[in-house]
Amino acid sequence: MSDIDTQRRQFLKTSAGAAAIAIAPGMMLYQTAHGDTAEASSKVRWGMLIDTAQCKEGCNDCVTACNKENGLSGKTGTTDSQWIRKIEIKDISNGHTVSLPMMCQHCEHPPCVDVCPTNASFKRADGIVLVDRHLCIGCRYCMMACPYKARSFVHETLEDQNPDVPRGKGTVEACSLCVHRIDKGQIPACAEACQNKAILFGDLNDANSEIHKKVRSVATVQIRADLQLNPGVRYQGL
Amino acid sequence: MVDLSKLYSMNRLYYVLLAIGGLSVLGGAYAVFMMEHHGHIISGMNNQIVWGMPHVFAIFLIVAASGVLNVASIGSVFGKAVYKARAPLASLLSLAMLAGGLAVLMLDLGRPDRIIVAATNYNPTSVFAWNVVLYSGMFSLVIVYLWTMMERRMNPFNKAAGLAVFIWRFVLTTGTGLIFAFLTARQAYGSALLPPMFIVLSFAWGLAVFHVVQKVIYAWNEKALDPAILQRTKNLLGVFIVGSLYMVATYHFTNMYFAQQKGFELFILRDGGIYPNLFWWGYVVFGNVLPLLLIYFPGLGKTKCVMVASMLVVLGAFALLYVFIIGGQAYPLNIFPGYEVSSTFADGQIASYTPSIYEFLLGFGGLAIAFLITTVSVRVLNFMPQDKPYISD
Ligand code: SF4
Ligand code: SF4
Repeated sequence: MSDIDTQRRQFLKTSAGAAAIAIAPGMMLYQTAHGDTAEASSKVRWGMLIDTAQCKEGCNDCVTACNKENGLSGKTGTTDSQWIRKIEIKDISNGHTVSLPMMCQHCEHPPCVDVCPTNASFKRADGIVLVDRHLCIGCRYCMMACPYKARSFVHETLEDQNPDVPRGKGTVEACSLCVHRIDKGQIPACAEACQNKAILFGDLNDANSEIHKKVRSVATVQIRADLQLNPGVRYQGL
Repeated sequence: MVDLSKLYSMNRLYYVLLAIGGLSVLGGAYAVFMMEHHGHIISGMNNQIVWGMPHVFAIFLIVAASGVLNVASIGSVFGKAVYKARAPLASLLSLAMLAGGLAVLMLDLGRPDRIIVAATNYNPTSVFAWNVVLYSGMFSLVIVYLWTMMERRMNPFNKAAGLAVFIWRFVLTTGTGLIFAFLTARQAYGSALLPPMFIVLSFAWGLAVFHVVQKVIYAWNEKALDPAILQRTKNLLGVFIVGSLYMVATYHFTNMYFAQQKGFELFILRDGGIYPNLFWWGYVVFGNVLPLLLIYFPGLGKTKCVMVASMLVVLGAFALLYVFIIGGQAYPLNIFPGYEVSSTFADGQIASYTPSIYEFLLGFGGLAIAFLITTVSVRVLNFMPQDKPYISD
C-alpha cells in the first residue's frame, strides 16, 4: 500500500517537474534559496522526541505554555488557532489508549513548503519549518497539504500579541518550534512546561545530544512514516 | 420594417440585465470588503474546511472556461465548419469565465492585497504557482486567438493560434486537477486520475454553458438555430456527459479498492448526509441521468430539452464540486491509521461547514463578472455564429 503511495507520489512529482520545466522555463530562474536565517546552521537538525508513556491523559500543560508563549487565545473553536493539541488515541484492535501532543512535525520534506506559491512556507537550514508572515497570501494550500493538520489560519483581527511572535490576520501559522527561544539558546515552551518530561528537545544530528542517543537506542516512530516526510518530531511508545 | 417599440423594450431589457449583473458584482465587492475587514471569521470556512464555497464557484468557472474552448478547437484544429462558426463565441465565454473564476480565487485569499507577491516570489515546485502562469498564459493566448479570427489580416495565424490554445487548455485543466492530485495525504484527493477526470468534466461543463448562452443569443436576435446543428452539438454533449460519468465512477471505484480509502468512500457515497445526497441526486440524477434522457429519449431532444439538459449539467457540476471540495475536507484526515482519535482540533470527527452569505456573494460576483463581459461583448462586437447555408462536413 505505502509502496503504491510512494510510487504515485514519485510519479506525480516527476511528471509535475517535467511539466514545470516545459511550461515555465523562465520562471525557474527565480528560484530563491530557502530561509537562511543568520543563526540557523545546516549542521543542526532541531527535533523532539515525545515519550507517550510519560504523557498523561487530561494534562494540557504543553498546550497552555504554547498559547502563552505565542500569544494564542487558547480558545478551541473551529476558527481558533491551535499550534499544539493533545490527541487521545485508542488502538482499535486492543483498546489500548495513548495521549500525546501533536504539532507541526517539522518535516525534512515538508509538503507545505512544496505547495506554497510564494515561498512563504520555508524550511530553515536547521530544519525548522516556518511561515514568513509577510509573504503569505493566505491561500491555505499548505493547510490542505499538511498530513498532520498542523496549521491554522488566522480568521480575525488579533489582540495582545507577543512582540517576539508576530502573527497576522489572513495568514497561516503553525508551531515554530519556538524559534525565537531557540535562537536565544532556550528550549521550546512546551518542552519546558512538561512536568512529566515527556517532551525531549534537541539536535538530532549531534551525536552527543540526549535526543540523538535516545533515538538510536529506543524504538521510536515517525507518524505517517509511509509518506516519507522524515519529520523532526518523533514518538516513543506507540 | 423595424418594430420600434420592440427595439425599445429590448434595449431596456439589455440595461436591466446589465444592472442585475452590475449589482451582483457590487455584492461580491461588498463581500470582499467585509472579509478583508473582519477576516474570514465571517465566512463559513474554518481550520478544518479551509476551502469553501468560493472555491466551488472558482473551480467551476475555470474548468468550464477551459472546456468551452473545445467548441473552438473542434473548429480550428479539426476543421469542422459548424464549430468554426462558433469559435469566437466560445473564446469569448472562455475569457469571461476565466476572469470571473480567477477574480473569485484571488479575492478569497487571506491577503488579496498581496497578490503581487505571488508574481514576484515564485516557488517553482508549487502547483498553485504553475497555475498562475497557466491562467495568465491562457488568457493571453485566447485573446490572440480571437484576434486571428476577428481581424482579417490575422486570419493566416488562426490555425496556429487554435492549436496553441488547444494544447494549452489541456495543460491548464491538468494543472487544476494536479492542485488536488498532489495532496497525497488526503483520502479524497491524491489520485492520479484527477487530472484526466477534470479534463473530461470540463468538456461537458463547457459545452453545457455554451448551449445555454448560444440559445439566449439566438433568441435575442430572433433567430432559430438550425436543427441539424443542434442535433450535432447535443449529441456531443451526450457523449461528454457519459464520459464524465465514467471518469467519476472510475475515480470512486479505484478509491473503493484501496482499503484505507473505503471509509471515505462510504462517507461520500452513503453515510455522509448532505454529501451522498448531493452526489446521487444532485450530480448523478439531475446532473447526468436526466440530461441524458432529455437529449436522447425518443421525442425529446428539441431545443428546449437541450437547454434544460445543459442547465442541469451546470447544476450537477456545482453539486459534484461541493461534494469533492467540501466533502473531501469534511472527512477526517487519517493521521493515526488503525486508531480511534479525538482532540480539541476535530481530529477523528466529521468537520462541519455552513457557507455564509458572503461566500455566496463572492461566488455570484464571479459569475456576474463572466456574465457582464459576455453581455457587453456580444452587444458591441459580433459574436453571433455565422453559419454557411449548407453544412459541408
Ligand atoms: S507537519 Fe505539516 S506544517 Fe509542519 S512541516 Fe510537515 S507538512 Fe509542514
Ligand atoms: S497560506 Fe501562506 S504559507 Fe500557506 S501555501 Fe498559501 S501563501 Fe504559502
